[in-house]
Order: sequence, then C-alpha cells, then structure tokens
Amino acid sequence: MSTIFGIPAPALYGQILIGLINGSFYAMLSLGLAVIFGLLRVINFTHGAQYMLGAFAAYLLLTYAGIGYWPALILAPLSVGAVAIVIERFMLRRLYGLDPLYGLLLTFGLALILEGAFRYWFGAAGKPYSPPAQLTGAVNLGFMFMPIYRGWVVGASLFVCLGTWLLIEKTRLGAYLRAATENATLVQAFGVNVPLLLTLTYGLGAALAALAGVLAAPIYQVSPLMGSNLIIIVFAVVVVGGMGSILGAIVTGYVLGVLEGLTKVFYPEASSIVIFVIMAIVLLVRPAGLFGQEE
Amino acid sequence: MSDTPLLEIRGLNAWYGESHVLHGVDLNIREGETVTLLGRNGAGKTTTLRAIMGILRRREGVIRLRGKDLIGLPLHKVAQAGIGYVPEERGIFASLNVAENLMLPPNVSDGGMSMDDIFTLFPNLHERRSSQGTKLSGGEQQMLAIARILRTGAKIILLDEPTEGLAPVIIQRIGDVLVALKKRGMTILLVEQNFRFARKVADRFYLMEDGRMVNSFPGHELDARMDELHEVLGV
Amino acid sequence: MAVGTQYLAEQPKLRSSSLVLGAVALAALLAAPFFFYPVFLMSILCFALFACAFNLLIGYVGLLSFGHAAFFGGAAYFTAHAVKVWGWEPLSGILLGVAGAAAMGLLIGFLAIRRQGIYFAMITLALSQMFAFICLQAPFTHGEDGIQGVPRGHLLGLIDLNQPNAMYYLTLAIFLFGLFAIWRIVNSPFGNILKAIRENEKRAISLGYRVDRYKLGAFVMSAALAGLAGGTKAIVFQFATLTDVQWQMSGEVILMTLLGGIGTMIGPIVGAGLVIALQNYLASSQFPVTVLIGIIFVICVLLFRRGIVGEILELMKRKSKATA
Repeated sequence: MSTIFGIPAPALYGQILIGLINGSFYAMLSLGLAVIFGLLRVINFTHGAQYMLGAFAAYLLLTYAGIGYWPALILAPLSVGAVAIVIERFMLRRLYGLDPLYGLLLTFGLALILEGAFRYWFGAAGKPYSPPAQLTGAVNLGFMFMPIYRGWVVGASLFVCLGTWLLIEKTRLGAYLRAATENATLVQAFGVNVPLLLTLTYGLGAALAALAGVLAAPIYQVSPLMGSNLIIIVFAVVVVGGMGSILGAIVTGYVLGVLEGLTKVFYPEASSIVIFVIMAIVLLVRPAGLFGQEE
Repeated sequence: MSDTPLLEIRGLNAWYGESHVLHGVDLNIREGETVTLLGRNGAGKTTTLRAIMGILRRREGVIRLRGKDLIGLPLHKVAQAGIGYVPEERGIFASLNVAENLMLPPNVSDGGMSMDDIFTLFPNLHERRSSQGTKLSGGEQQMLAIARILRTGAKIILLDEPTEGLAPVIIQRIGDVLVALKKRGMTILLVEQNFRFARKVADRFYLMEDGRMVNSFPGHELDARMDELHEVLGV
Repeated sequence: MAVGTQYLAEQPKLRSSSLVLGAVALAALLAAPFFFYPVFLMSILCFALFACAFNLLIGYVGLLSFGHAAFFGGAAYFTAHAVKVWGWEPLSGILLGVAGAAAMGLLIGFLAIRRQGIYFAMITLALSQMFAFICLQAPFTHGEDGIQGVPRGHLLGLIDLNQPNAMYYLTLAIFLFGLFAIWRIVNSPFGNILKAIRENEKRAISLGYRVDRYKLGAFVMSAALAGLAGGTKAIVFQFATLTDVQWQMSGEVILMTLLGGIGTMIGPIVGAGLVIALQNYLASSQFPVTVLIGIIFVICVLLFRRGIVGEILELMKRKSKATA
C-alpha cells in the first residue's frame, strides 16, 4: 500500500473526499449567506435552522408521506423557501432602515425558536435517513473506493453553486440583484419592484440552505442540532472569504473544507478548530477577507 | 404641444424626517417642453426631483402625470407610470457592464427609443458595451445614464445636473443630445446650476431658493433677468 | 443608528430621587436572603453582572459581542480549577478567573476589532466557539462532565462560604463592586472618549485618538467583568461546565440586556432577573425554554427595542417634555 507523508493513500484520499463534502456544505451555505447579505444587509442566523428544516422536511416526507429523496429535493426547498418568504415579509422587512445588528438578532431568535421546537418534538438524537436506491453503493476509482452518494453530493453542490453563480452573473434577474445590491433605491426608481426582489432573494437563500439540508440528510443524520454548529463554522468561512463575491464564497467553502479534512489526517486534535485558526490568521493579514472589499 | 400639462405639481411640501425641505412648490410642464430648475446649491432642486419620483416619501400636495395622481404610489410604480430619472450621481452600476446597465431599467411603455437609434445618438456606448460600467469616463457615464432611460419609453425625463464635473467639450455634446431629444418631442425637467448650458435647451425656467419657487419665466427673458439670477444663484 | 445609542443621550444624572431609590434597593438586596432562596438570588446577581459587563460594550461602545460566554465560562473554568485542584482561596480563584478572562479578551478583542459592526459580531462568535471546542477537548475541563464539586472554601481563610448567607453577601459585594466599576468607567475621561467614538468615529480619529486602542480597552474591561461574574458563579454553584462557554449562553446574555434595555445602567439587571426567574419557573415544566427565549428575542427586536428600562426612561422623558 502506498503512503503519502506517512499516511496510507486510501486514507488520505478518503479524508480529502470528506473534506470536499464538508466543503460542499460550507460553500452552499456561505453562498446563501452572501446572497442574502449582499442584498438585504442581514446576516441570516436562521440559515442553519433552514438547513435543518430542509433535512427534516425530507425525513418527514419519507416517514409520514412515503415521499422519497428525489421529490424531496424539490419539495423541501420550496416549503422552507415559502416559510422564509413569510418571515421576510412580516418580520425582516421592519428592520431594513435600522442597524444591521438587529437583523442578526432577529434571525438568531428565530433560529432558537426553530431549533428549540424541533428539539422538543423530536429529541436531540439524530434520525437516520437512507440515501436513495440509485445512489447507494461505492465505485472503485483505482486509488480509492468512493461511496456513490458522496460523489453525488460533491457533484450536486458544484452544480447548485455554479447554477446560482450563473443566475446572478449572467441573467437579467441577476443583473437586478447585483444592481440592487449597489443601489436599491435607484433600481426601484427605474420601475423594478425591489421589495419583492428582496423577499424572493431571502426565499431563494433559505431554499438553498434547505436543499443543502436534503443533501446532508443521508450523510450527517437528521437532528435539530445539525444547523447551529454548522452555521458558526460557516460564519468563519464567510469572514475568511469576505462577502464581496459569490465566487469567493464558493471557493473559500471548498478550500476550507479540504483543509479541514487534511488537518484531520495529520493533526486530528486541531481539526475542529482549524477553520477558526485560519480565520484568525486572515484577520491579521487581510482583514477584509480573501475576496472581500473594504467597507 | 397641448395645453394641459403633462406633469402638474401644486403646493408640494416635503420633509426629510423632521426637517421641512419643500414649501408649497408649484411646477408644471407641458408635453414636449424642456423646463429648467435653477437655484444654488441646497436650494431644493434635487429634493424636488426626489419628491416627484417618490424617493422622498413624506410629502403633501398634488403631483399628477397626465391627470394621474402619483403621490400615493410606491416608487417603482411612479417609474412605471412613465417618469424617467437620471440622478445627479449618475448611478452607473459597477457590478454590471455597459450593456447590462443600458438594458437594466424595464420598459415602461412601447414608445422607447430603439437600440439602433440609441447607438446612433451615443456611438461610444456600442463600442464600450462589454466594459464594466464604471470604467467609462464621466461624460460617457452621463450618456449611458440618459440612454438607458430613453430606451424605456419614459414620457418625461428628470435630469439632475448632467453637466456637473464635465469638460466643456463633453458638455457641448450633452447639449447636442438634449437638442436632439427635444426635436423628437421628449419632455425634460432639467436641474442645473449652469444656466449658460441650460439656456440652449430650455423653453422655461423656474427659480428656486430655500425650498421655495421664487420665480418662473420663459427662456427668452433670461438675459433681461440676469441681475436677479446673479443674486439668487450667488454667482 | 447604532444599536443602543439613541437611549444614551439623556442618561438621568444622579439626582436625589435616584439616590433614595438606590438606598431602598440596597436595603432590599441586603434583606433579600431572608425572603428568597439565596442560590436563586446569587444566580441573578451573577448573571446581572454578566449582563452589565456585556452592556458596557454594546451600550456604551456600540460593539455587539456574540461571544461573551467565552469570558464568562472561561473564567468559571479557571476559577474552578484553581480552587478545586490547586486549593486556592476563593477570592484569589475568582481573581484568577478575571485575569484569564481579561487575557482572552485581549486576544479575541485584538482580532475582532479589525472589523466593524456585523463582522465584529461574527468574529467574536467564531472565536468563542473555537474556545468552546478547545474546552471540549482540553483535559483540565473534563469535557462533557465539567469541573464538579468546586469547594466554596473560606474567604480570605476566615469566613466559611458554605454558609449560604455568607456566600450571598460576598456575591452581593462583588456585584456592587462590578457595578461601581462600570459606573466609574462610563463616567470617566476614558468613558467620555468612548462616547465620542461611538457618536462619530471618524471625527474622533481626526482629533488624533487611537480609536482601536480605546475599543480594545473597553473590550478587555468588559471581558474582565464578565469573568468576574463567571468566576463568582463557579464558586456559588460549585461547578463549571461546557454550558457556560456555549454560544447559547452568549445569546442569553444578549437577550437579558436587550430585554432590560441596552445602554441603560440598570436595564441588564432587570433583564437578567426576569430571564433567570423565567428559567426557574419553567425548569419543572416540559416547556422548551429555548423556544421561549427565542420568542422573547423576536418580540423585543421587532417591537420593543428599547427594552423595559429604556421604555420607562422614554416615558419619563415624554412626560417631562409635556409638562415643561
């Protein structure tokens, strides 16, 4: 068996794959946060809870309605997005003129409510959720065995991230979004219904989180706590990447995920804090973030 | 030109928070006219435009476009009613290229200028269409800001200080553009401090001071009113 | 407008009526252990001090720290370890907690101050979560179990703190000291400069003030006082656990301050009292406390941003304007 830096190759590649998977979720979630923050100037702490809701939606759909993974990929984001639209319309909207910290506090309170409620109803333990039949099993890549579902997650997340990026950079709707991020009033003065745009953007961000939740369900198990620990790491990812660019958020997510995976191989005790350490270093060297612009 | 005004404003009062900034402003513009608002810095010219659009929300009075009441409408509906706004800062978006900037404002009627006509009037924009919006010079950005409104079919254009900070050659060019628009029957409400520029295109002038309309007169009376102008404008 | 600043412009100066109220409150606090469970009261005092320390940062400097649990819980661990494992006398143990919290405040503050507003909050959250992870793995914290069975000991070797009243009066003394310290900081030249920075940072910079240093100074003071609360809490409850360093704890102290009134002197005390009382009341029932905390958060942010004391101050201001 070949070894790289003293680690058996399959183990190393296995960890890199795990790193890529974690990175996929970091990328998708920080992408959603960046999109919401760019336009609404709100740090959506509820993002983690929306991710959890997506996973639970998939679980509940399967358990109580017999609806499987593939429809859940559509239904979960739609339903979570709908709830998010209600949240934006009736709660977030009231805070737009104020200090953005209030937005953070509101979304924090909502996250507590959602997490507390689900914890009360379902307990803190994780519920298993099986990957769909078409994605079970593993494939032999030569240098390692790759579980098909995990490969699917990486591929799907790349597709989602790229798709979102294309939507924002190359479409007319995306142009409205980019322009409104710079000067919402002027875009409205052109006749674009910017308040509606804000609502839909928040819904889209939440739907992205929920989609990530469905993708996560077979890997991480479905638990009310799955969102809150993840969201704080995603905050660190976002600080490292800066929220200036969509592409920056995506790239930073994947890179930090892989770095975390590599740390687990060579220095396991540090793996849970390595992203925070990187954040500290970035803050010292380039406070605006790797891809950020100075405020 | 018909006699009923295209845009009619009566007794317009407006507030920025607690501060009362417009005091009973009266203004009307007939279709095809070019009307210029003169006044020194802080006289309330830009505030008037923002109040008409509805960017400034707290208002009382009458604002009617072809008889349609605008004051109760949200900002995006005012634009959709047919008022085009070219702000003082031009508002070219850095995250869009020139073509995207040009195409951004949605059409508000069918009467918009065709892309061919726009590129005839503004040939630079066609050449630079893939450049990032803010890479254009000040004059080119001003052209772009005007062009994108022309594309939408707005019935009346609110133009805020288009010549500010621009070289004389460019100012000349903008003057030519405005003359060409006049020929096409466009209605323009122009805000300017530079009345020498404005006299070339304006049919009528309004004079503002401290948030009030202090006078109005037709274009041909401008020379006769020079002393008064110097006093009010402080030049 | 920065969070909390609008209520600070008119802080009521020390009037005779305030002094009378203060004397009454003091008398009530001294007599309280004869009417309420001392542990319940001490719990309120500790968290009230924690909230006041947090309020120093948000209310008077305009910085929202989302990671204050690191200072509170960290100090709890340091104090617990010193008293239980090294056999230190309780007050020295608490002082060690304060020193540890201040050191952490220096480290975290130094990094977080490099960004403003929202980013500052996220950085404090991330760094305190990092500390929480370290606490989970470090041997001296005993992970999930925490440090249990911390002895109350003898204060200065003389007074047995196992007597509930003795512990109560010590806690009260520490609380009053902390309050006094905050009052002195706010009403000092240092505090005035902080006010100037909060009102118009650019102007303060142009006047030559090293704004970052002042912010960092305030951050360290806030951390130290939070550490004072945490160290005291470790002696009162005789344990230190992971709960004390979790982000939920950071969120709770924010809520206490928001509910009571950001930027007011006694708001955090009121908020802490209410939240602790609520948690106690619900402890026996099945109702998930987290959900209730979240609901109160949402209601406060949407409808009630001034907090209880803030609303009362606003009412008093309106009344005096009406009669003027």
